Amino acid sequence: MKPKRLFVRIIIPLLLILACPALFAQNKTISGKVTDSKDGSPLSGISVVPKGSTGGTVTGSDGSFSLTVSGRVTTLIFSSIGFATKEIDINGNTMAVTLTAINASLNEVVVVAYGSRKKGDLTGAVTSVSAKDFQKGAIASTEQLLQGKVAGLQVTTGGGSAGGGSNLHIRGTASLNASNAPLIVIDGVPVESNGIAGSANLLNTINPDDVESVSVLKDASSTALYGSRASNGVIIITTKKGAKGKVKFNFNSKFSVGTIAKKVNVFSGDEIHSIVIADAIATGNNTYKNLLGGSNTDWQDQIYQSAIGYDNNISASGSIKNIPFRVSLGYLNQDGILKTNNFDRYSGALNLSPKFLDDHLSVNVNLKVSRTSNRFADEGAVGAAVTFDPSQPVFGNKYGGYYEWLQSDGKAIDLATRNPLALLMLRHNNSMVDRIIGNVQVDYKLHFFPDLHLQLNGGIDNGSGSGDDNIDSTSATNYKTAGRFVHYEQKKKNTISSVALFYTKEIPSIKSKLDVLALHEYQDFITDVSNFPAYGQNGVLVPGSTPTFATDKPEYRLESYLGRLNYTFDNKYILQASLRRDASSKFSPDTRVGYFPAASAAWKLKETFFKYATVITDLKLRGSWGVTGQQDFGNLYPYLPRYSQSNLTAQYQFGNSFYSFLRPSAYDAHIKWETTTTSDIGLDFAFLNNRISGTVDLYYKKTKDLLSVIPVAPGSNFDITLLTNVGNMENKGIEFTLNTIPVKTKDITWDFGFNIAYNKSKITNLLKQPDPNFKGIDVNGVGGGLVNTIGKYAVGYAPNVFYVYKQVYDPKTGAPIDGLFEDLNRDGKIDDNDRYLYKKPAPEVIIGVNTQVTYRVWTLGVAAHASLGNYLYNQYNSNNGVLRAIKNPLNFIQNGSRSYLDTKFSGNSTNEYLSDYFIENASFFRLDNINVGYNAGKVFNNKASLRLLASVQNVFVFTNYKGLDPETANDGGTLFTLYPRPRTYSLGLNLDF
Amino acid sequence: MKSRILLILLVAVVAVLAVSSCAKKLDLFPQNDLTPEKTYSTAAGYKSVLAKIYGTLSITGNTGPAGSPDIAGGLDEGSQVAFIRMLFNCEELPTDEAVVAWNDQTIHDFHDMKWTSADPFLKGIYARPIYNVTLINEYLRESTDAKLASRGISGTDADDIKKSRAEARFLRAFNYWVMLDLFGKSTFIDETNLIGTDLPGEKSRTDLFTYIESELKAIDGDLAPVKTIEYGRVDQGASWALLARLYLNAGVYTGTTRYSDAITYTKKVIAAGYSLQSNYAQLFMADNDKRKDEFMFAINCDGLHTQAYGNTTFFVHAPAGDDHNDFGVGGGWNGYRATKGLSDLFADLTGGTDKRAMFTTSKYSPTPSQIAISDVSNFENGLHVNKWKNIRSDGGPVSDVTANFSDVDFPVFRLSEMYLIYTEAVLRGGAGGDAATALNYINLIRTRAYGNATGNINSNTLTLDFILAERGRELYWEGHRRTDLIRYGLLTSGTYLWPWKGGVSSGTAVDSKYNIYPIPSANRTANPNLTQNAGY
Repeated sequence: MKPKRLFVRIIIPLLLILACPALFAQNKTISGKVTDSKDGSPLSGISVVPKGSTGGTVTGSDGSFSLTVSGRVTTLIFSSIGFATKEIDINGNTMAVTLTAINASLNEVVVVAYGSRKKGDLTGAVTSVSAKDFQKGAIASTEQLLQGKVAGLQVTTGGGSAGGGSNLHIRGTASLNASNAPLIVIDGVPVESNGIAGSANLLNTINPDDVESVSVLKDASSTALYGSRASNGVIIITTKKGAKGKVKFNFNSKFSVGTIAKKVNVFSGDEIHSIVIADAIATGNNTYKNLLGGSNTDWQDQIYQSAIGYDNNISASGSIKNIPFRVSLGYLNQDGILKTNNFDRYSGALNLSPKFLDDHLSVNVNLKVSRTSNRFADEGAVGAAVTFDPSQPVFGNKYGGYYEWLQSDGKAIDLATRNPLALLMLRHNNSMVDRIIGNVQVDYKLHFFPDLHLQLNGGIDNGSGSGDDNIDSTSATNYKTAGRFVHYEQKKKNTISSVALFYTKEIPSIKSKLDVLALHEYQDFITDVSNFPAYGQNGVLVPGSTPTFATDKPEYRLESYLGRLNYTFDNKYILQASLRRDASSKFSPDTRVGYFPAASAAWKLKETFFKYATVITDLKLRGSWGVTGQQDFGNLYPYLPRYSQSNLTAQYQFGNSFYSFLRPSAYDAHIKWETTTTSDIGLDFAFLNNRISGTVDLYYKKTKDLLSVIPVAPGSNFDITLLTNVGNMENKGIEFTLNTIPVKTKDITWDFGFNIAYNKSKITNLLKQPDPNFKGIDVNGVGGGLVNTIGKYAVGYAPNVFYVYKQVYDPKTGAPIDGLFEDLNRDGKIDDNDRYLYKKPAPEVIIGVNTQVTYRVWTLGVAAHASLGNYLYNQYNSNNGVLRAIKNPLNFIQNGSRSYLDTKFSGNSTNEYLSDYFIENASFFRLDNINVGYNAGKVFNNKASLRLLASVQNVFVFTNYKGLDPETANDGGTLFTLYPRPRTYSLGLNLDF
Repeated sequence: MKSRILLILLVAVVAVLAVSSCAKKLDLFPQNDLTPEKTYSTAAGYKSVLAKIYGTLSITGNTGPAGSPDIAGGLDEGSQVAFIRMLFNCEELPTDEAVVAWNDQTIHDFHDMKWTSADPFLKGIYARPIYNVTLINEYLRESTDAKLASRGISGTDADDIKKSRAEARFLRAFNYWVMLDLFGKSTFIDETNLIGTDLPGEKSRTDLFTYIESELKAIDGDLAPVKTIEYGRVDQGASWALLARLYLNAGVYTGTTRYSDAITYTKKVIAAGYSLQSNYAQLFMADNDKRKDEFMFAINCDGLHTQAYGNTTFFVHAPAGDDHNDFGVGGGWNGYRATKGLSDLFADLTGGTDKRAMFTTSKYSPTPSQIAISDVSNFENGLHVNKWKNIRSDGGPVSDVTANFSDVDFPVFRLSEMYLIYTEAVLRGGAGGDAATALNYINLIRTRAYGNATGNINSNTLTLDFILAERGRELYWEGHRRTDLIRYGLLTSGTYLWPWKGGVSSGTAVDSKYNIYPIPSANRTANPNLTQNAGY
């Protein structure tokens, strides 16, 4: 549905509804007192609201209240967090009310797919993290709030760039060629995850300060409601809402300084001198000796800086004219530690939740807007800084005044490493991304049948990115065309509209509660691509850069029906069953419909067996089963035979004319969904009034019809590989979460939380027809020549298992011997058949630890996460730790890795790069955050309350990995260089008034 | 109450509208791509597909120089699926004419002659001709008389498309000839094999030979007469030249020699009015489209419009180093040189007498110490070959201002090769030719090479060994050497050794299985109908 239509169809009727004249009767005043059912003590702060009308009050310190209501009102509602809500009919002018305390944590409301549930009633594996438990410190992107907080959720930042994104995995990976990222839903709108031109990370357009809670849906019964997009789990982000009452303000501000935590230990200029001169003496060839310079440049010092960041947010929430609202504004400015890198965000959020027609019609409006500006640093500088010859000076007299490697004709060597500082300073790549995410939800409780709600939801996620990438005319990178200028632009328009019927009915006579949902949903995903030619800084068109098409408009659509039934018997047994039907435009009419069923059950053991046991606060057994789908891959039309036109530099000459090509693309007419079936058994427990609580989950995920790019017979299609459904994979694992409060006294509270998840992935089939000689599909290219691959998709192994030669070591020195490998098949020669499958990049175990000690007004918090059993291919050592890297064959010198001192590898044989010597255990423990908070209490004549926070992020890492940082967002486990994650110190204040 | 009921109705209507507006179609089509029906609805559409069929020989995808490759599969677009570059790596790199300094994957295995069925280059080399044939088959299916008629294409458009069908069939035969020469047997598909259906079958080397021969003969009447069609498209001359080459090597391909047939077809070519150009060096320069009188078929390259890293752009970069200006490019790739085996063919390496000896650049001269290769990986060692140049003979500017991409067209068949085939076939006992004519042809080549008659030979010198050496001198770095050495029984045997043959500095014999390449194992996994060559 188009936004304009949304307006016409929903907003206008709403306005009409607002104009409806209400009927007023004579007013009356009710007074009374509210007490605790346990001991009769007065309860203050209990909200008292007339049912079906507006207005209300709260009880005073003695539990008393007085309220004037319309004569039409017959019932008052008494509610407060921690107490069971009561509705009491008005009978006379005074009332005595008792409320019963309830288990707060079990009543905590958790947002789930298409609704919310009390935590105690959940039947699936859902972990909810609320604002108070988020990661602290200077965090620009919402997903990073969850680092280490959820068992089975792996959050890996791509590096340290300002506003950069993260790689998210829930319970390992289930796909090979389709996406492994979870679906993200913000306030009911599934949002774009594939990024947009000009944005490093689309999630950074959401201000984390606006986020109220995040639910992580892990098992299929929770996710199957999202059907075809849910195989990798779902993350539901709920933003802060307005609440009834006086308008309250919040202002918070953070200031941070990021510093480089660790540099790569490279050779100094003097050391390169010694190595090159020693080699010149050994070989009698002075070619490289003559290229040496006389400096000692630390290129890493040249490119990194201290990164300043500040983040200010102000919000107001409350109600005006009985319309609850929340509005917020935020401004963040964050430098990167790589010079020139900057991220800047203006954000605003608005939530309105008015109710009409005696609360029969409720409307919820969410709007989030943001404008982010990026200055992207040329991240090639990170690799260049560890590769550029340290014996050369920073500055020279050509190419913008920076030293560059020159040919004998004085021009820059085409393929030489470029001056790292020049890469940064001579490039200006600035972008701006605007994004609007909004939805309007209208919930109408039928007058004639109040158990039934009709809910309409219209949402949009519009993003628009554009930018200009300027390379200076003096830069050595593009000197032939006098620099380069290119403009880029992209827009995304995603819309969702749904109509749903909710039916809830409690039937006390048979101790039953029913909750039914029927929904129809329609989603449209449009990308508007604009293509532009590149120009030199002199305004001359770069030859061949004219795009074939000025625009493109990839689009896909999803149409879905969903039914869900939730049945509770005797508050002991809960059953839920659901079925979603999705139809996707990505598949042919014959294969586009998929059905995704799920069922789950929970048994409240506490209610059944331990109702009166005080030690046991909660005990619940859950079981679920469900089917989810996957259709998120790059190609939007994989089933269609189609021809595409070549660009202007891919033409053929007949006579005196050049003709563009029309080329048929490979296609699979029968391609369909990838489906994952997940079974999950879980136990939720809480003891000693929630002093100890936690969850254990066991799961088994089986994926079939994997959307895989597999080799197909040459001549059978228009390529030798094809995206098709073939293969199976399984993931199994166990998750354990424990939250404890070891100490709780009047002054001191100590919270300690711990979560651990074990996951094992295995590919169980990859072929359409069996072949005993098939070793797998090569993946993960690494350097050291063209397209060497280090990984495999192999049957019986985890995805991306390393495929390497077995290094032979000198028995005396223990050093690896250059180019010598074990002849594993004993055929007398070393070839591809001697490579073996060894270790894998994905962790077996991920751990999160959080603890907080509160002493009176002080809090001290520490958060950490760890990863075990993950291995990395140290591509920096393999590429740079060889003599060939130092003595580059193209006649220039590069810096090398110190591993060269251990290996003395020449780099002349390809196999060296594929040695298991470079596969390193990258298990790590990272102390993410230490923070100290001080609650100053009331300030400004008791008008405001103030809290102060200081934190250090990325405190330290324990690991045996020899490279810079063992944590990589690259699923293939190959790591050359990484934009270093900074260590960030921040100070913040939070003012409520 | 009335207004309330009205509102309730309104909400209900909104709900119904919301549902009905969603019943949009889920049949979407990309904005810029075309359906097959649309593609073939005009003559221009046919021509664009024909351009693609020719273009697969020159460039590697739909974006020049790289970016949307025809063939993915984890292969490198620039080096592993480029037709001309792969032809060079397969036909020159295992021989005395080339070594490479790089260490891209298994590239050294070519000169070392120890490749395996897992070789990624071979995977690409196998895939390219078959991919090309797949496109051609589709074109043939879509260009039948019935289809043209149903699409309302008639008159000269239809005539041209009919002619292009014969060209497509020639190109299919040519691609299959590459398979025949490199792999022996081949995956076999023709226009009856539809996309995405049954697995393709296999043809043996003998059957493939017969198929190529019969196809070339079958299209003879449909191809344009020599030099009557626009530049870039093939005519009868190309077809006869391929037949001549096929027959010369028939003994290797099928076990039965066909020298008389080779003579028959070289005679047809020679009689068709081609002529040797006066300046040998200009045949390999940026404006060599002006030398088309000597070419039966050239693959077009253009620095601006036809960009790839694996067409002649490779020829003008790969052997260049700091002397790149001698090659007409802005930078060298510091890769390929030749061994002493090539320099030994020339008495004078300076180019002063036999001008085909183009081994001197601003940085390297062919001194014995320069030619000696102590380290294959060191670009400084070896005989530097400056035969291909992105420089115009008329001194004008080349198309690409950045001097990166090459304008040089790649001659597939030249008149000199036809003279050499004629002569060799006569010397090997073929009927229909005579020694005197053969001697004359050789001396025409040598007169052009020397600029005068001082290099001319007499009939005593005209031996088979002389012809092999003369082919080396005339056709080096044009993709013939491996086939020639195999025909003479010299590629794998110990009879002729050159530096680093078999990966040994003094040269060594290797297993005779290396006379033919293995079927890549990945293809046999994907297609169980394929069988492996002996020894692999």
